[in-house]
Amino acid sequence: MVETHISPRRKRPRVAVVKFASCDGCQLSILNLEDDLLALGSAIDIAYFPEASSDMQAGPYDITFVEGSITCPEDLPRILELRQQTTTLITIGACATSGGIQALRNWSEIEAFKRVVYPNPEYIQSLSTSTPISEHVMVDYELWGCPIDKQQLLRVLTDLLQGVKPHIPTHSVCLDCKRQGHVCVLVAKGLPCLGPVTRTGCGAICPSMGRDCYGCFGPAEHDSVHPPGVPPNTASLAQQFHQNLQLIPVEMVRRFRGINGSVQSFSKESDAWESK
Amino acid sequence: MTDPSTNPNNTRTIKIDMMARVEGEGALNVTVKNGQVQDVQLRIFEPPRFFEAFLQGRHVNEVPDIVARICGICPVAYQMSAVHALEPIFGVEIPPTIRDLRRLLYCGEWIESHVLHIYMLQAPDFLGFASGLDMARVHPDLVKQGLRLKKAGNQLITLLGGRSVHPVSVKIGGFSQVPTKDQLHGLKDELLWARDAAVKTLEWVSGFEFKDPEQNYTFLALRGPSEYPMNSGPLVTNEGHHLNTSEFEDHFHEEQVPYSTALHCTFQGKSYLTGPLARLSLNHDQLSPFTKEIFTETGFSLPFKRASMGIVARSVEVIYAIDEALRVIEEYEPPEFPSVPVAIKSGTGMAATEAPRGVLYHRYQVAEDGTIQLAKIVPPTSQNQRRIEDDLRNLLPDLLHLSDEETAIKCERHIRSYDPCISCATHFLKFTRKEIS
Repeated sequence: MVETHISPRRKRPRVAVVKFASCDGCQLSILNLEDDLLALGSAIDIAYFPEASSDMQAGPYDITFVEGSITCPEDLPRILELRQQTTTLITIGACATSGGIQALRNWSEIEAFKRVVYPNPEYIQSLSTSTPISEHVMVDYELWGCPIDKQQLLRVLTDLLQGVKPHIPTHSVCLDCKRQGHVCVLVAKGLPCLGPVTRTGCGAICPSMGRDCYGCFGPAEHDSVHPPGVPPNTASLAQQFHQNLQLIPVEMVRRFRGINGSVQSFSKESDAWESK
Repeated sequence: MTDPSTNPNNTRTIKIDMMARVEGEGALNVTVKNGQVQDVQLRIFEPPRFFEAFLQGRHVNEVPDIVARICGICPVAYQMSAVHALEPIFGVEIPPTIRDLRRLLYCGEWIESHVLHIYMLQAPDFLGFASGLDMARVHPDLVKQGLRLKKAGNQLITLLGGRSVHPVSVKIGGFSQVPTKDQLHGLKDELLWARDAAVKTLEWVSGFEFKDPEQNYTFLALRGPSEYPMNSGPLVTNEGHHLNTSEFEDHFHEEQVPYSTALHCTFQGKSYLTGPLARLSLNHDQLSPFTKEIFTETGFSLPFKRASMGIVARSVEVIYAIDEALRVIEEYEPPEFPSVPVAIKSGTGMAATEAPRGVLYHRYQVAEDGTIQLAKIVPPTSQNQRRIEDDLRNLLPDLLHLSDEETAIKCERHIRSYDPCISCATHFLKFTRKEIS
């Protein structure tokens, strides 16, 4: 990743929030910054945010937040144009960062999918895959999560406004869960918790609500043993699920083929179990 | 701007290429020929995501987490319709406390979703601002009140579901965890503040001018025996229809139009309206006494026949949702178990619940091994699409003397007053091809 700082001495940065295929939940997370929204509105110039404002200004933009994945032919020129118009491009959420839940189509035949949903599939223009923004243009920062953690977004924005390079933690959420003192749902309840291989960010909410993590923040990049950049040991966790929790291969496929199923370390695992 | 008199074909096209302050991506095309409105197309170009397709083969226990992702604004609605559709297949009986907690969760969603629309999306139209943030520059205290009110709804969802967007605790049979009495009582002070703020909100929006023409709506809403509808009740209309959810697909049909990725749903071949206007008109007698009293003071009479008055209906429902939340909290005794045991078996189940934007219908066919064989989801916005187009056909003759730009602005405001959720409306419906006309 390149360092793309916004100088604090400049006037308010022009910010865009754009959407591709998504549920709008990550954009809503911005509007859910209830306590800080008005302060944010005066620190940045919201130049383009159709979900919130009918004042839609053309680029260039200093910062563009991109929600959603690339799923249609017309998305391709649009993301290229946006990249050209943007200094710092940040993906928000699982769709933009990994392809999202709609990337489940990547394992199917798109024409069959169209036929399931639409009586006249020929009207529907859709690519056969749902892909993350980073497959098409260079992305400066990625905020994972389905939805993103709004405080993480605020932190990144504050860092950029201050001219500091944002630091987005990538360790396993399992560590957060331990620090918070939750009873381990994998050990105590025998639930197939993806926490050990899932990225931090949510605050370990699933175990705190008595259930297993389902990986909505994507794969962690380092744990207590390995340095950053190392893919999580999904194979070991999957073996645990299989041997100790008696998950059968088809259940293992579903486990890893979820909201971030298309990201490599998870797709590798689900594909491996599919062929067993 | 096109001057109709100089156009060789006497044809004028009015376009909105990208609607603002709606959830999702939509556009409008209006064609006028010889001064007559020829065609109105609400174009939804939100890309399809094929939920009904990839739900096939997933396990029923995954459904609440998956369908939540259809909409970031109303994930609870999708979770509620899903679990209520699936539970009858397994013969699950939900205990009263769990039922009340689900109602409480829904109250949170109605509050956050309605307040977002009232303050951030629709009110700027009445007061001449481009956004809620612009409005905050002139009316900071008002917008702060709105944001705090929205937050009260989000706090309810967060306490029950772990987070406000895509909460994690809803499951078939109940919840993965339920709150303690103390945790719920901890929200009371803020909800009491919120109820006052909601009353002020209703007073504020009641002073707006509602000038769009009256429409002759067919209203559709759930109506239970004794409470304002959320999770149960047969479907009723203002024309005397009374339908069980199991009859939904006999009377409501979706069709595809070439210009939209959302299917259009009609009731016995006609357009109809679902959502706050319909709910309030059909169920106002079931509002809480407090809400009724406050609503009476506004002097409005029901039914509402103007789409723009959705903002009033939403404000009334926010008061109700807070009042109802306070009732549930007051009566709450934690259940012994957060969920009841569920024995998976094969079968078909369906349910409709009242999402913030109206009736949300789900039907699932489940195989013996607990995997989904078929899923059908009919969201409120695809039901309202045809009605929005009909509204615009009635509205446009009075607007045609205006410039294209002004006409487009008025049309966009009208569409926005419906609170359309385009992300929801897209990627849906029809799982067989046999109904193709």
